[in-house]
Amino acid sequence: MDKWTGQIETYLDGELSAGEMKEIDAHLRVCPACTADALKQVQFKRALQSAGRRYTPSADFREKVRQSIAARPRRSAVWFWLPATAVVLVLFVGTVTLSIKDQRLALQNTYSELADLHVTALASPNPVDVVSSDRHTVKPWFEGKIPFAFNLPELQNSEISLVGGRIAYLGQSPGAELIYLIRKHQVSVFIFQERAVGHLPKSDSTLQRQQETFNFCSWTQNGLHYFVIGGMAADDLSKIADLFRNAGRS
Amino acid sequence: MPLFDQLYNFACWLTQDRTEAEDLVQETYAKALRGFSSFQSGTNFRAWIYRILRNTFLTSRTGLKATAMIPLDAEDADELPAGPETPETVMISNSEQQLVQEALETLPVHFREILLLCEAEEMSYQEISEALSIPIGTVMSRISRARKALRKILQQKLVRA
Repeated sequence: MDKWTGQIETYLDGELSAGEMKEIDAHLRVCPACTADALKQVQFKRALQSAGRRYTPSADFREKVRQSIAARPRRSAVWFWLPATAVVLVLFVGTVTLSIKDQRLALQNTYSELADLHVTALASPNPVDVVSSDRHTVKPWFEGKIPFAFNLPELQNSEISLVGGRIAYLGQSPGAELIYLIRKHQVSVFIFQERAVGHLPKSDSTLQRQQETFNFCSWTQNGLHYFVIGGMAADDLSKIADLFRNAGRS
Repeated sequence: MPLFDQLYNFACWLTQDRTEAEDLVQETYAKALRGFSSFQSGTNFRAWIYRILRNTFLTSRTGLKATAMIPLDAEDADELPAGPETPETVMISNSEQQLVQEALETLPVHFREILLLCEAEEMSYQEISEALSIPIGTVMSRISRARKALRKILQQKLVRA
């Protein structure tokens, strides 16, 4: 724990490099002592933040300062406020950009984790816990094992077949992993509650991406976040995504 | 007026007096208007205006008094005694916002200001470094020592309670 104690403060301040953040993320998952310490520090920071935002200016004072500024020669006010507003705008744009960067990083980390889970399934002699090509067998198997329900698509007259399913965990939240075969290629479909992956951007439309030689697509629907991952062409993944989207609507 | 509420809050914490804080904020805006030409485009506006406010405070009578009493980089070497209740657990269980505010008030001004910039204003270390005109390494060590000092004050308050 000693090695990490000092770093956790900086980590919670968001001041470590992406690599160091990832390293601490991984450590916190396996070290209860550091996790407890981090939790305490988060609570400490929150308490400080709330206690620190204590004073609010009165309306009278705000007006007084506004008038004192307005009373200044017009030229100087313009010279101040125009650039100042521009700077505030630049700051705003910078903040939005940083937020987008954070979301991209979160998405990248999530895709990496899902790629790991998919590879584990590919390498395993028993990739599924429930072996069945019948969706009416696979879907009920998840009941009581994960905190949500979902619809599986009808695959009759399709080149896609269901292999089975198993429980998967993402960020310590349980979800469903469904394995499909499409022309001998194995595809994983992951379904998690939206709030379990709340750090990811929501998207009603299907997002496509390639990472670590796998193709991905993902979307959110009815409070659930879907991810499809496989080694085949993006078009084939889209076919599975469309089937799931249609099943989710029924 | 950009950052008006935040500057006012920060000024109140520095001066611990609302009338003085109002004077400080007003003077800050006046100086910012007069000296806007000294602001370098592309640098951080927030850090710049906080720096004006802080420098104005430091040269005021209250500011001089507050900083004259404190050895700026004195190490806070005392370790906290271990106990079942930590400042954090008490804050969770009792929502002791007032307790934290009192503890913040008693912190030396250089610790108070850096914690407020980091936690209440959520400034990055780089911004704090610019606002306080100190190197980033000092920002990091001072934040760490400020947190330790605050925990110590809270712990003492708990023992007394």
